[in-house]
Amino acid sequence: MPFKQEVPSVMYLIKKKKVLCPSIFLMEVEAPRVAQYCEPGQFLIVRIDENGERIPLTICDYDREAGTITIVVQTIGASTKRMMDLEEGQGFHDVVGPLGQPSELVTDDIEEVKNKKILFVAGGLGTAPVYPQVKWLHEHGIDADVIVGAKTKDLVILEEEMGKVAGNLYITTDDGSYGRSGMVTKVIEDLVENEGKKYDLCVAIGPMIMMKFCVLTTKKYDIPTIVSMNPIMVDGTGMCGACRLTVGDEIKFACIDGPEFDGYKVNFDEAMGRMRLYQTQEGEALLALQEGKTHHGGCGNCGGDK
Amino acid sequence: MAAPGFERVPISEQAPEVRAKNFEEVCLGYTEEEAVVEAARCLNCKNPRCVSGCPVNINIPGFITALKDKDFKRSYEILTESSSLPAVCGRVCPQETQCEAQCIRGIKGDAVSIGKLERYVADRAREEGTKMKVECAPNGHKVAVIGSGPAGLTCAGDLAKLGYEVTIFEALHEAGGVLTYGIPEFRLPKEKVVAPEVENVKSLGVKIETNVVIGKSVTIDELMENEGFEAVFIGSGAGLPMFMKIPGENAKGVFSANEYLTRNNLMKAFRENSDTPIFKGAKVAVVGGGNVAMDAARTALRLGADTTIVYRRSAAELPARAEEVEHAKEEGIKFELLTNPVEILTDDQNNVTGMKCVRMELGEPDASGRRRPVVIEGSEFELETNAVIMALGTSPNPLIASTTKGLETNKWKCIVADEKFGKTSKEGVFAGGDAVTGAATVILAMGAGKAAAKGIDEYIRNK
Repeated sequence: MPFKQEVPSVMYLIKKKKVLCPSIFLMEVEAPRVAQYCEPGQFLIVRIDENGERIPLTICDYDREAGTITIVVQTIGASTKRMMDLEEGQGFHDVVGPLGQPSELVTDDIEEVKNKKILFVAGGLGTAPVYPQVKWLHEHGIDADVIVGAKTKDLVILEEEMGKVAGNLYITTDDGSYGRSGMVTKVIEDLVENEGKKYDLCVAIGPMIMMKFCVLTTKKYDIPTIVSMNPIMVDGTGMCGACRLTVGDEIKFACIDGPEFDGYKVNFDEAMGRMRLYQTQEGEALLALQEGKTHHGGCGNCGGDK
Repeated sequence: MAAPGFERVPISEQAPEVRAKNFEEVCLGYTEEEAVVEAARCLNCKNPRCVSGCPVNINIPGFITALKDKDFKRSYEILTESSSLPAVCGRVCPQETQCEAQCIRGIKGDAVSIGKLERYVADRAREEGTKMKVECAPNGHKVAVIGSGPAGLTCAGDLAKLGYEVTIFEALHEAGGVLTYGIPEFRLPKEKVVAPEVENVKSLGVKIETNVVIGKSVTIDELMENEGFEAVFIGSGAGLPMFMKIPGENAKGVFSANEYLTRNNLMKAFRENSDTPIFKGAKVAVVGGGNVAMDAARTALRLGADTTIVYRRSAAELPARAEEVEHAKEEGIKFELLTNPVEILTDDQNNVTGMKCVRMELGEPDASGRRRPVVIEGSEFELETNAVIMALGTSPNPLIASTTKGLETNKWKCIVADEKFGKTSKEGVFAGGDAVTGAATVILAMGAGKAAAKGIDEYIRNK
């Protein structure tokens, strides 16, 4: 009798893995309950193994029939580095979602959305959550313009996929190594001031600092701007309140009220400060992972010897 | 050992100075000899008042008599006729206000130590591998239970015993609800006690599907229409944390007790191999006076912080169990009573540096019957701290109610359900526990889960 391997009842299989650039990878993961109901704008939480933390990730794509979702991850800490080591055929211990509210573009009256000229601004990894929104609009007969910004040429992701669903696609790199040269905010200014573009709505997704400056730019032109917030989170269901933000004069939880908010109202400075809460511990964890047992501390900086 | 008398057999505990530095269980439990001596104090009353004091009506004299006779299996059987989670209840029930408050022994001396005896019987059964009895053959009816906390586990266990095919849907990655994410290891060990109790319920045939957020991953209507569930029990608890709405509350270093405890209990942040970080301040202030406040404070203390509880009423009004307050004091937690924070102070990086507080005095009783705290004019002072944990209570998550057609809630977002059977405004949907009452106790949630199991059985049989 051939050995029959016991398959754990709940295991979220990695069907496909693709390295997009040295620090960013894409994974297609089996998660039928998430794939069945998720909408653009929502997110999910994964856990690598039983010691893993709960990592919130945006949903880049989904296939309801195949029961899979696509995530795009950048290796920034110990957990995401460990995630990158997972291969096709292996799986995540946990995947839960969809979490948060779908994008308003999906839930608003489609005729009203059709009358709007929409500009998406994607910064770095933010390209991943922008993609399903642009794709959804394209499938509903709406072509939105998209700016994709990255630090350098190697970090531009999903260009081909985005090109297929976007109206005009503008790529820009901070160092000018590919596409236009400069920050995404410069492209917004160029489009509006020099190239005669008019927009009724902007959706900006990327690092908080980018979203903050996008909002400062679009405010100049009175373009209402939606941003997608990615603060520290634990459960993602409204239970812990770690993700609370000041939006206007209200406290909102990114996990249940968001992740998308009116960018004009978000207190970015407070949110960016709160993001740094565990920076020291995260840095230590990354060093420990990279240097393993050879990391003995003694530098007096990282506290790894304590 | 002395003959059974007016005093209960004392329980051994880890010494305060030792346990203040570890996450091991504080209470060490009775030995066999101690348990049997304590059991002999039970008068086996003809009209046992303790049973009516128990929200799930455990046959208390019955299990204690079997224990006295050293028939530990029989004792466990009697316990589990009424409770699916005896090892949990023996640890976290407020027996002093329930069964033990009714005990005749308590009139002239100490009440019988019912909770500690329950714990002994349940722990012994687990160690000896004794399982709960299953009585019924499968009846082919499917019931969904939402939430794997005390209400859900009890309801699921009772329904499984009646032959129902039960699936529990849990939003987090581990079953247990508040037993897993909320109550700390030193009061309720997870691997030793909670996990085996969950396994016990599973051994009755109950399936548990984790990582399913009802209202997001799938709705109740879809479960009933597409997945063949004939009835649903909602035991989703009260998970939303409250904040004070004072200036500085979004500073770095202000946490809800839910977050702080979840990081430590569910995510095991206290262990070195956990990827989840937890904030370790030199000084921690916990605002609130309930069991959750005690849990958060005692956790912070174990993580190395100089910890203070700030509560706006006096010691007499502390809602926490007396035992928890006692334990907290023994371990070295300071209490600033009749004190209320009005602002959280920060440095230029928005890190917490302290709390501006006012002193309070008690005025006339308010709607809750407790004397209302009133600010003493000019009493403002600063309390130095690096972190503030808000343990002010929780309210039900509106997610389920807002995604289920025809499910009525009240103004506190609690699901409206009748007390007898947990029936809601929606046909086939029952609810109980904190989702209905707002934050309460493990045993009340279990009582509600039990009642709803009866209600669901009746509903399906009469359909």
